[in-house]
Amino acid sequence: MDAVIFFASAALVLVGALGVVVGRNPVHSALFLLVTLVSVAVLYLQQHAALVAAIQIVVYASAIVVLFLFVITLLGVDKFEPLDDAHPLQRVAAIVLGVLAFVGIIVLVHGNRWVTGAHSTRGALGATDSGNVKTLATSLFTDFVWAFEITAVLLVIAVVGSVVLARRSGHRPEVGLPEAGSPERERTST
Amino acid sequence: MSALSYPDHITATYYLVLAAALFTIGAVGLLIRKNTLVMFMCIELMLNAANLTFVSFANALNDISGQVIVFFTLVVAAAEVAVGLAIIIAIFRRRQSVNADDVDLLKG
Repeated sequence: MDAVIFFASAALVLVGALGVVVGRNPVHSALFLLVTLVSVAVLYLQQHAALVAAIQIVVYASAIVVLFLFVITLLGVDKFEPLDDAHPLQRVAAIVLGVLAFVGIIVLVHGNRWVTGAHSTRGALGATDSGNVKTLATSLFTDFVWAFEITAVLLVIAVVGSVVLARRSGHRPEVGLPEAGSPERERTST
Repeated sequence: MSALSYPDHITATYYLVLAAALFTIGAVGLLIRKNTLVMFMCIELMLNAANLTFVSFANALNDISGQVIVFFTLVVAAAEVAVGLAIIIAIFRRRQSVNADDVDLLKG
């Protein structure tokens, strides 16, 4: 049963990833990305990472993909990309280099030398049947508490930065309501 | 290699090979696509491959820190998407295009 779930999810992951890359329409790419993200969440569940799987669905599959779709529709770029390429060699070189990188990683995997090292230096996974939310939270708020605090700073910086970047340059927000009778006021009232 | 031909038990190696394939597809897509939005999606694929590797090692080594680090990766990914999409919107306002080939002033 494990094998069935794994190979079905793995096939969906790869199909979704290839769909993202070869899709000519950005909306199709975003939907294929959704397939990949949900399948990866299934693989997390299979590896006793229930909370990570839930967050994968909530943050990635919901928030980030919806953000992508919002931006695609906002910019109106859901047109099909032209197939002609300014640098035809680049595509071939990229695929060759990608295959080489993949083969290199597989050579590393061969012999099963990856999974080595000390076990449970930061604590065991915890109860795997009922989920390990408590174990994960304990580790997050004890061992990694400073990193956790710094992520708050990072998120604030990201929010402020994206607001500043997406603001229309040269546009100053109006202070107070425009005067009555001005064209702006009539536009907003209707 | 007998484990590959007889998959009665899914070991961490399967997940690692899958993550390697996912990462490779993302990297190749990042190189061959011109639409900056799709390039961002390829970056998400690569981040997911890294997360899958972390979770696989957490499971294989019975260590919780792999799953905790996935949280931080998710936070960084969310921040990266927010800032990156804001940059794309700013570029689109200026150039009416999201094609990476149109933004080549730094090429010299």
